[in-house]
Amino acid sequence: MSEAQSAPSSGPAADSARHAGTARVKRGMAEMLKGGVIMDVVTAEQARIAEDAGAVAVMALERVPADIRAQGGVARMSDPDMISEIVAAVSIPVMAKARIGHFVEAQVLQALGVDYVDESEVLTPADPHHHIDKWRFTVPFVCGATNLGEALRRIAEGAAMIRSKGEAGTGEVSNAVVHMRTIRAEIARLAGLPAEELYAAAKELRAPVELVAEVARLGRLPVVLFTAGGIATPADAALMMQLGADGVFVGSGIFKSGDPARRARAIVEATTMYNDPDVLVKVSRGLGEAMVGINVSELPATARYADRGW
Amino acid sequence: MSRPRLVGGPRIGVLALQGDVREHARALTEAGADPVEVRRAAELAEVDGLVLPGGESTTMGRLLRVFALLEPLRSRVAAGLPVFGSCAGMILLARDVVDGRPDQPLVGGLDVVVRRNAFGRQVDSFEADLDVVGVPGPSVHAVFIRAPWVEKAGDTVEVLARVAEAPVAVRQGPLLATAFHPELTGDSRIHQLFVDIVRSSGSGR
Repeated sequence: MSEAQSAPSSGPAADSARHAGTARVKRGMAEMLKGGVIMDVVTAEQARIAEDAGAVAVMALERVPADIRAQGGVARMSDPDMISEIVAAVSIPVMAKARIGHFVEAQVLQALGVDYVDESEVLTPADPHHHIDKWRFTVPFVCGATNLGEALRRIAEGAAMIRSKGEAGTGEVSNAVVHMRTIRAEIARLAGLPAEELYAAAKELRAPVELVAEVARLGRLPVVLFTAGGIATPADAALMMQLGADGVFVGSGIFKSGDPARRARAIVEATTMYNDPDVLVKVSRGLGEAMVGINVSELPATARYADRGW
Repeated sequence: MSRPRLVGGPRIGVLALQGDVREHARALTEAGADPVEVRRAAELAEVDGLVLPGGESTTMGRLLRVFALLEPLRSRVAAGLPVFGSCAGMILLARDVVDGRPDQPLVGGLDVVVRRNAFGRQVDSFEADLDVVGVPGPSVHAVFIRAPWVEKAGDTVEVLARVAEAPVAVRQGPLLATAFHPELTGDSRIHQLFVDIVRSSGSGR
C-alpha cells in the first residue's frame, strides 16, 4: 500500500465514495484468474518460479498436500513470516489457506494482506459443524466442493470462487474429474427444470432456493469454478479445462516433480491451449519425472480430504 | 463465438490467452460488434479491433511471446489497429510499467507509464461512480480490482476519467484503456465507445 499513499490520490473525500469488499469486487477478482493456473508454493523462491512460468496467482502454504499426507500431524495456517516473504517476492496475487471453520486464521490472513483465502479441506478442519461466515470479511474466499449442493452452500456463506476438491496430494486426477462432471451434470439438470420444480430441487441440494434459481437461469455457477486436487501433467490440466473448469489449481504436482520450472510452464501453456492437441504434444515432451502419486482407491477413508467439509 | 460473420457488426477480437474473455465478448455483443476469440496470429490477422481483457499482465505477456503473438500484435498496433485494454490490458498497452516485473513483455503503443496494483492489494479493490469523457448519460459504475493507474501520460493522450488525481481512463487515437473493468457491470457504454472507434477507423485488413 505504500505506493498508494505516496502517489497522487487517496484523500479522505475520494475514499468516502469507494466501496471495498463488495460481492462484485470479490467475485470479479476470481473472474480475472480465469484460464490461468494457481500454483502451491512453500518458499519465496518457488513463488518466483511460478510467476516466471506464467502462474496467475500462487497459494502460499507451509507444506504441499503430498507432504501433509506423508508427514501426518495437524495441518494449520502457514507461518505469517513465510506468507509475507512470498507476498513481497511476487507481483501476482497471493492466496493462503485457513482451516475449515477457523475464522481467526482467516482474520490473520486478511490482516497480512493476502488476496484470497482458501478455506481448505487440505488443512485439518477446526470446526466439524460450521464453515467460516465469509460475508464478514473484506478478503474474498475460495472453497472446495464435490457437488453442486456443497458449492451452493459455500456460496451462501459468502464464497466468491469455487474449486472442485479432487483428492489433493495424490497426483491422481480421477476425483477432480468426478467432482467436475457431477457439478456440471447437476447444473444441466437444473437448467432443464420448470420453475415450480426448483423448490424441491433446492431441498434435495440442501441449498437456498434463490441460488438454485440463479444457477438454473445462468446455466452455470454465479461464481468462477476452478478445478483442484490431483492435477500433475499438462494433459490433466487440459482435461479439466475441456470438462468445463474455468482454471486450474496445481498443488503438489509441480514442485514434487523432476523439473518444476519446465512443468509449471507446460501446465500454463496447456491450460490456455487446452483444445489444441498439437500444442499439448509439444508441451508434454521432455518434462522429466512427474510426481510419483498415490492411487486414490488405495487411500483409507480417513485419509480422504474430499470428505472434509459438508 | 467462431461462427460465420454476420452482417453489420465489426469483427472485434478478444485476446483469449487468459482473463475475463467471456465478459468482454458479452459486452461487445451488446454494443453491436461480432466478437471472436484470438489465440493465434492467424486469428489476429482477421479482426478489425482487439480487446485486451482483465487478467494477469505477466501471464498474458509471457503467453503472447510463447505463442508468437507479441510481434504481430505490435505491428498491427503500429499500423493503427484499434485496441481497448482493461486493467491488465491497460498495462500491456503502456510503454512502461512501474512495480511490474522488470522483464515483463508489453505490447506498447499507448504513450503512458502505468503503476501496477497502484491502489493496493485485493482488500483495497473497490467500486466507485465516475464521469467518463465521451460516455453520455449518468456516471459509469467502475470496478477496480488490484487496479493500475496512469502515472505519466504523453501530450497526445487524452485523460477520460480520474480517481482523485490519478488518470484511470485514457485514449490516444484508436487506443482506449481503462484501469477499471466495464465488462463486469452490464453497462456496455465503454464498449460502445470502442465499437464506435473501430467503426470510424475503418481499419483495413
